[in-house]
Amino acid sequence: MLKLSKAIRRIVVPIAAAGALVSATAVQAADTIKVGVLHSLSGTMAISETTLKDTMLMLIDEQNKKGGLLGKKLEAVVVDPASNWPLFAEKARDLIQNKKVDVVFGCWTSVSRKSVLPVFEELNSMLFYPVQYEGEESSRNVFYTGAAPNQQAIPAVEYLMGEDGGSAKRWVLLGTDYVYPRTTNKILRAFLKAKGVKESDIMEKYTPFGHSDWQTIVADVKKFASAGKKTAVVSTINGDANVPFYKELGNQGIKAEDIPVVAFSVGEEELSGIDTKPLVGHLAAWNYFMSVESPENKDFIAKWQKFIKSKKRVTNDPMEAHYIGFKMWTQAVKQAGTTNVDAVRQAMYGQKVKSLTGTVAEMHPNHHLSKPVLIGEIQDNGQFETVWKTKGPVVGDAWSNYIPESAKLTANWKFPWVCGNCQKPKHF
Amino acid sequence: MFEKLSGLLAAFACICVLSTSPVVAQDSKAVDLVQDLGSRSYSKIIKAVNGLAATGVNGVEGVLNAYLSRNLFVRKSDKRVVFAKKTDSQYRLFAPLTRQSLGTAKRSDLTKLRLNNRLRRTLRAALGGLTLRSSDPAQRIKAANVVFKAPKASQVSILKKVLAAEKDENVRPVIERSLAAAVLAHGATSKARAEAVIVLGTYSDPDVSARLKSLLIKDSAGRFAEKEPLVREAAQKALDEIAERVAIWDFIGKLFQGVSLGSVLLLAAIGLAITFGVMGVINMAHGEMVMIGAYTTFVIQEIIRTSAPAFFDVSVIIAIPMAFLVAGAFGVAIERGIIRYLYGRPLETLLATWGLSLILQQMVRTIFGPTNREVGNPSWMTGAIELDGGALLTYNRIWIIVFSVVVLVLLALVLKKTAFGLQMRAVTQNRRMASAMGIRTGWVDAMTFGLGSGVAGVAGVALSQIDNVSPNLGQAYIVDSFMVVVFGGVGNLLGTLFGALTLGVANKFLEAWSGAVLAKIFILVAVILFIQKRPSGIFALKGRAVDS
Repeated sequence: MLKLSKAIRRIVVPIAAAGALVSATAVQAADTIKVGVLHSLSGTMAISETTLKDTMLMLIDEQNKKGGLLGKKLEAVVVDPASNWPLFAEKARDLIQNKKVDVVFGCWTSVSRKSVLPVFEELNSMLFYPVQYEGEESSRNVFYTGAAPNQQAIPAVEYLMGEDGGSAKRWVLLGTDYVYPRTTNKILRAFLKAKGVKESDIMEKYTPFGHSDWQTIVADVKKFASAGKKTAVVSTINGDANVPFYKELGNQGIKAEDIPVVAFSVGEEELSGIDTKPLVGHLAAWNYFMSVESPENKDFIAKWQKFIKSKKRVTNDPMEAHYIGFKMWTQAVKQAGTTNVDAVRQAMYGQKVKSLTGTVAEMHPNHHLSKPVLIGEIQDNGQFETVWKTKGPVVGDAWSNYIPESAKLTANWKFPWVCGNCQKPKHF
Repeated sequence: MFEKLSGLLAAFACICVLSTSPVVAQDSKAVDLVQDLGSRSYSKIIKAVNGLAATGVNGVEGVLNAYLSRNLFVRKSDKRVVFAKKTDSQYRLFAPLTRQSLGTAKRSDLTKLRLNNRLRRTLRAALGGLTLRSSDPAQRIKAANVVFKAPKASQVSILKKVLAAEKDENVRPVIERSLAAAVLAHGATSKARAEAVIVLGTYSDPDVSARLKSLLIKDSAGRFAEKEPLVREAAQKALDEIAERVAIWDFIGKLFQGVSLGSVLLLAAIGLAITFGVMGVINMAHGEMVMIGAYTTFVIQEIIRTSAPAFFDVSVIIAIPMAFLVAGAFGVAIERGIIRYLYGRPLETLLATWGLSLILQQMVRTIFGPTNREVGNPSWMTGAIELDGGALLTYNRIWIIVFSVVVLVLLALVLKKTAFGLQMRAVTQNRRMASAMGIRTGWVDAMTFGLGSGVAGVAGVALSQIDNVSPNLGQAYIVDSFMVVVFGGVGNLLGTLFGALTLGVANKFLEAWSGAVLAKIFILVAVILFIQKRPSGIFALKGRAVDS
């Protein structure tokens, strides 16, 4: 055993040293700043992630037209991890080690993020993750530009509990069976209990990825709702399974006025494959809707539809997250005067960008953004109409206050904390 | 100058309207209330809606309907609530109550009135009260249903009158139900209310059970929501009776769900029963043939939508032969191009067709984009038949069951009754003998594979009605399809039918008991165990074909 590890070291050390040498010369030779784009362009997730790849290309293109960054042109390096979680890690390593990118924008599912996390930490690179997620994580090398649970799930449930949302008393938690829905529902269950909802008034159900036969579950929801209390459904159903789910809702005549469904993974893009007339009034919670009226948003939509050459294409929340993330990164690079990861990271904290909703998004030392929370109802044209929003931006919370063991933890990457999951600062 | 003049004219018109109207006070109150609809506060809007319904002024129904159909706006210039109708490039404005013209405006000059679920409920309830006396029976049913959800004290007497006057046998029970709910909510004596509960107990739908159960809920101090013990007892008794009645319908509902899932599995697997079952080709690209069928439906529907929207309802029917031809053509091309070189080498076939499935997926992704495509349901496939007890049979599922049986029967006829079917069976049973009899075995192979693929394409038309039309559509069905064919017995259409139905029904009954994820696992384990016991499935083929 010892011998083997020694042998490995004998091989690895020179390779690593050679690698370092190569990377040093490469950095000197580089006359462009390379931006890695790590989104699936084939496989199950291509449906959502291809759009984000195009968004990044548009943003980079736009920045280059403005003269690039630090006097250099930006260069997009696009790879395809093909919706294959281990391949995400390989491609991330390839981007950082071989392609020498300075920053990576990518991932969608939490599984893919968890898969690349060790690579980014080991090689000390920087990832911008644009999708709403379950929280309970804070890495020094990841900036989370999507919503944490307190910026999406909790306000949505609060809205449904309130008078305007219909004063729901009974809850169905529906989800696809993987880490994001399970963790979100764990937080929601704790939150509902804290609000005095009884165990018997919560129904939790999971389905496999790509589930297409929703008859039984929708019938069960109906039955559960006939207990004499106002019932609401919280859906963390992901990806393709949403279309048959909403079709079944429509066919079984479940109206939003009777049993509202609030979804956390359904945006404009997902609705573009469905006839939304029977779904009017069902809800979604995001930090951005395409229908938001602001000069920034109007401009962004116009640019996007011109770039993608289609008037039909929609914009959505993760696209806005990339918009904010990319702007922030360029500002931080300008401020730091270099693309060095450690310097840029320090410059990121407190960086402010006017978001597409017209509010100011700020990067906090826990690597999360402050963003407004919007609740929208589905309209018959496939868009959302905002029916409620928070007074101002809400700061993303990495560790949920409703899970006892997480409530104690703090994520803060500034001195003296410098830690993603500590109970007290590392440096006193 | 002109503005002044028009202002004067408007004032004059106003005076005219006011002076000719008999109930001036009511009208001006209604106008104020309409103005309140433009408020930012939902509570204030709700008050205004209820107030408007109470005034009973002419035109209120129109205003509330316009609100629901999103035709009410606030004009930004003077904050006035207006009714706006879209013409080609701009909006024509009218006063909401009187429909007096107010000129035109651009969309950017108008703000749509706010609307959420709570408000929608209030609007429908208010409209329900107003349309109970409508001449259209469908409207009356709708109105009575709305009243049932939130009856007001004032509606008890109205409902009694409406019920007495109602002659339509379909509408009567609905109104009776609403009346009972109204009496239960607002009745004076506990006896009258208990009687209302007994009336409600004769209905079995979930809304009634919900209403009755809400009486028996205890609050945190242990007090019942319903204070009268007499009413509580009646409610408990009615609920027990409903539960007894509903149990059988529940079972039927579940059976329907199972048969429906079975029919979907049957459709997906039936093409495979030919390519894999009859020809023995392990075709991993089978799912992609289904997908191609679904995309054909999409293309046909797009063409019809843009060029002949009147025929939208038959687009799916037109798509059936087209999908058969397109997917069949792909099948023939695949057989001639790849598979014929790989007969007798299952491993290579498996890998080659798997690679092919990836190529086809990516091809579709490049042509149509990675996002889902919308395939609409024709009107005869939307909606549902409601059974007693709230179980629903949705029309799209019913049609798919019918469709799968038709496809199965047609295919069986082709195999058993046509010359091509005879040749096909001859080639699979003894290729060399068939060849010696003058059958072009190569041609028969290509056609058989084309037939299997074409049937898969037809399945795609049906699946486009219930599932995503995305490049991944086929992948979701490939494992299930193989499972059905292997379980049912390779090379046997009857086996495929029984296999699909057994798996579908078993899956649905297990799902109700264990949840969707576990049900899938149980089924998989059960099929594996079954195959251990009977390696050739439920219906094993006997005879020479098995040995060759």
